[in-house]
Amino acid sequence: MSETSILERLRPHVPWDRLTPRDDRGRATVLVPVDVLLDVLRAAREALGLDMCVDVTAWDRLPAEPRFEVLYLLGRAGTADRLTVKARAGGDPPTLPTATGIYPGAGFPEREVFDMYGVRFEGHPDLRRILMPDDWEGHPLRRDFALFEEPVEFKGHTPKVPSEIIPYFPPHSPSGSGGETPPVRG
Amino acid sequence: MPTTETLTINMGPQHPSTHGVLRLILELEGEIVRGCTPVMGYLHTGIEKEMETRTYHQNVTLVDRIEYLANYNEEMAYFQSLERLLGIEPPRRAKYIRVLMCEMARIASHLIYLGAGGMDLNVSSLFLYCIQDRERFLDLSEMVSGQRMMPGYFRAGGVAEDVPEEFIPAARDYLDYLAGRFDEYERLLKDNLIWRERLEGVAPLSREDAIALGATGPVLRGSGVVHDFRKLAPYGGYEEFEFDVAVETGGDAYARYRVRIEEMRQARRIAQQALDRLPDGPWITNDRKIALPPRAELARSMEAVIHQFKLVSEGMHPPAGESYVATESPRGEKGYFIVSDGSNKPVRVHVRAPSFYNLQTLPVMLKDRPLADVVVAIASIDIVLGDVDR
Repeated sequence: MSETSILERLRPHVPWDRLTPRDDRGRATVLVPVDVLLDVLRAAREALGLDMCVDVTAWDRLPAEPRFEVLYLLGRAGTADRLTVKARAGGDPPTLPTATGIYPGAGFPEREVFDMYGVRFEGHPDLRRILMPDDWEGHPLRRDFALFEEPVEFKGHTPKVPSEIIPYFPPHSPSGSGGETPPVRG
Repeated sequence: MPTTETLTINMGPQHPSTHGVLRLILELEGEIVRGCTPVMGYLHTGIEKEMETRTYHQNVTLVDRIEYLANYNEEMAYFQSLERLLGIEPPRRAKYIRVLMCEMARIASHLIYLGAGGMDLNVSSLFLYCIQDRERFLDLSEMVSGQRMMPGYFRAGGVAEDVPEEFIPAARDYLDYLAGRFDEYERLLKDNLIWRERLEGVAPLSREDAIALGATGPVLRGSGVVHDFRKLAPYGGYEEFEFDVAVETGGDAYARYRVRIEEMRQARRIAQQALDRLPDGPWITNDRKIALPPRAELARSMEAVIHQFKLVSEGMHPPAGESYVATESPRGEKGYFIVSDGSNKPVRVHVRAPSFYNLQTLPVMLKDRPLADVVVAIASIDIVLGDVDR
């Protein structure tokens, strides 16, 4: 079955008018408001048979609000059926309900999103840092988290920020502009 | 008087059978594992963050270091997603070269599984045979890319350089030689009492648990699910090759071993087809906004010089948007989620790392099993810690 028809199959089971479906280069994606997120995930699992939570990830939309877009990539074992459900989390701390009650496989990746972005998944059975050390401060994949080099004791060493090696060139930057400071600077 | 007290022990991160720096907190009741908590992050190097500060082209270097036993497959996944974003297709010869390298890398990666997994069970001669065979692949890799590991060979829209003339006969030799080796390994292990007893029925994973926990690759296929993205949604030219998906219903460490042995045979079959039918033609796209112009052009064409300068000092600009393409690495589904804002650097690169998700099945495999099975279970998942921690 083709990926676009997945959205058509989902339509009867969810409050469709509140969703923003999109066919993005062959990927069926749907942006859902936070309060119906779990309903959509449940409908995907029960009505569409999408039994695998392939991936949960996020990205930082800074400076847009709500700031974090969390993506749930759902699939069905043995088929190429795919649906990407997106929800946006704002506020401080950004909060979303956990999907672990519907998809047990979301356990590790939700911990990763929490670790990297600080998005709290309410009801997660074990929401701890997973990759960073337990006493780490901040959430490193946030766009305003600065990349830095640890100071060393050698003389004549100037710490360098990797993003300055090749500067940032925004889209349609004029030829010879020499790059710019990124809009969001870590 | 019987006691129900449990003992919590720590295994790793420095332990030879964890295949890297994996730490497990095991809760034991006598010899029986009642609970298992994987602790990872010891190899976390912030690759996803680093990738946001570099251009798309520079990022190949970082990509190679994630699944470091199957670099070609890792590059394949990255460029599938990037090319979808750019809206380009590599030429046919490039696709065939990529498939050829990926399938040989798959064999080399499974050889490490077999060798290291065998060594965990004290079958140490097997390790030497496997490393010896892998060594020949590394020589081939050196021929095409100049590197044994971390090749950095694929490019957006193709591969960096055509394969050298001497590579074709050498690869053919290697594939012919491998056919007999696989049979030999199987003969060595099939009737080996220790191997069978230590693998059969050990580290069981039901079909339901495998699906629910997001397992992919040989772990999922060993539990009876026919799930292989080379077949389900062929990418990068796989639709032109004939092969079977290896699947076993046992759901134990032995089933996973059988799946990988069969996969090596199928990978050899694909590689053989790629060699036999290797088409002529260019090996990289001639879109000058994406790929460097050929060296010879630089001496004659001012335009080529400008393109070259822009690509090197600035890099390519994929259109704004996001993309994800699922590919089949030796460990399972590998995909890159790339978000672009139209500038020369990605906003976000996320790696869907199969080892990370497969590791979720470990506590299920070990529940109420003897402590000695821990080593077998870890080996049967075939984790790469670079892939788990990124």
